Amino acid sequence: MRAFTYERASSVEAAAQAAAGNREAKFIAGGTNLLDLMKLEIETPTHLIDVNGLGLDTIEATPDGGLRIGAMVRNTDLASHEVVRRDYGLLSRALLAGASGQLRNKATTSGNLLQRTRCPYFYDTNQPCNKRTPGSGCSAIGGYSRQNAVVGVSDACIATHPSDMAIAMRALDAVVETVKPDGSKRAIPMADFHRLPGDTPHIETVLEQGEFITAVVLPAPIGGKQIYRKVRDRASYAFALISVGAIIQPDGTGRVAVGGVAHKPWRVEAAEAELPKGARATASILLADARPTEQNRFKVDLVERALGAAIAEAKG
Amino acid sequence: MQSPIELEISRRNLIVSSAAAVAVTGVAGKAAAQPAGRAMNLTTKLSFTVNGERRELDVDNRTTLLDALREHLHLTGTKKGCDHGQCGACTVMVDGRRVNSCLSLAVMHDGDQVTTIEGLGEPGNLHPMQAAFVKHDGFQCGYCTPGQICSSIAVIEEIKANIPSHVTGDLTAQAQMTAHEVRERMSGNICRCGAYSNILDAISEVAGIKA
Repeated sequence: MRAFTYERASSVEAAAQAAAGNREAKFIAGGTNLLDLMKLEIETPTHLIDVNGLGLDTIEATPDGGLRIGAMVRNTDLASHEVVRRDYGLLSRALLAGASGQLRNKATTSGNLLQRTRCPYFYDTNQPCNKRTPGSGCSAIGGYSRQNAVVGVSDACIATHPSDMAIAMRALDAVVETVKPDGSKRAIPMADFHRLPGDTPHIETVLEQGEFITAVVLPAPIGGKQIYRKVRDRASYAFALISVGAIIQPDGTGRVAVGGVAHKPWRVEAAEAELPKGARATASILLADARPTEQNRFKVDLVERALGAAIAEAKG
Repeated sequence: MQSPIELEISRRNLIVSSAAAVAVTGVAGKAAAQPAGRAMNLTTKLSFTVNGERRELDVDNRTTLLDALREHLHLTGTKKGCDHGQCGACTVMVDGRRVNSCLSLAVMHDGDQVTTIEGLGEPGNLHPMQAAFVKHDGFQCGYCTPGQICSSIAVIEEIKANIPSHVTGDLTAQAQMTAHEVRERMSGNICRCGAYSNILDAISEVAGIKA
């Protein structure tokens, strides 16, 4: 690990200002992903701003019937929250499908959104990777790509976003609230928060330097059967090959977001119109632009079948 | 001869110019955006409670909680397995919750209460979970065992506290103390000897689960 200076931020504004204009500064929350990457020197910040002591660890009702989730709310606390379990079951299920009990006790809501890909070539510093070293090339294209993305890919990168939580947040139309170093605030819909790789796969979100996430807001609950189906190589404690987050209403309409297939939570509203017709019709539009490799072509079928299982479970 | 007052002034000028030199060095380095006037060090002091005892440390910022416990406080019961949060050998309790001590910086635990395997029991006065692991032969090489035991105790507390898991059927109902739940919740602790069935027996006994 490279040496770094460390400070405990005294306020949200001070945190944002401390990171303003300094690309080598990073916020640290739970640290479960950042420290892993720092040990491998994939992340090499020279300054860490500890944002744990800012009181952003509460979950509060919003005036329009939704929930405002503080950025530092731990995954365990979010998944266990009475209202989340009752009204946003998809979010609880997605959180509980991810990581281990120990990691969920540390990992935060905002940190979860900002975690980096687990593409094996991003982690292997001896290999070219456009996300880790822009311009060096992509080793996954033509390499071991079983776990990689099938849709929204580019010639520069086929990495996936690894979060389970983000799939639920996308399906639930969550909004990310931030503060910029100049004190201005903005609300970023989950649909716009993560970027596709394009030719700049190292830029993963629309956040600006120093922009600090303060909360994630859920709109009022929409009911329906909320199901998270995660398919992975082990029964527990593994990243998704694919995952399906579905909200199915009694009349068969609903929403679906898919994980493990793209650089961001993958949701296509036009595909959702097909949900009453079934998984095949929905998946054919959802993944119409898929460009799988030989090794991950199975994900296209797997999404359709996992969605079919989710729809059947909802009807059951 | 210089008067005492002149001496004082020249000493102060010296200090001021030294500080300026330090400030210039800081700007030339990679810390240009740090708040002006605040000292930024590569080491940080912290004070926390480990197994009920107040401990003060001044550590390199890079020191993980795991390394602080093992290398600075010489509490070597907590083990370093993968050092990347994948194996669970480093599991300790912080403020009553289990965490991977390898994936946390010591400097982020100022004021915290940490409990390690040494704080749970000792020879002749074992924690019930430690005694159950011995009774059920819940280990072979023993390297993962301190993490397994810390995690086991936390798992029982988490179920009692109605924290749900991936295998919990009804999210709105009280979490159940079952072998199925325990298996899922222990997935962050790897045992390469494969003592899992005996580990489950040990936990089941303490948790009052019928085998």
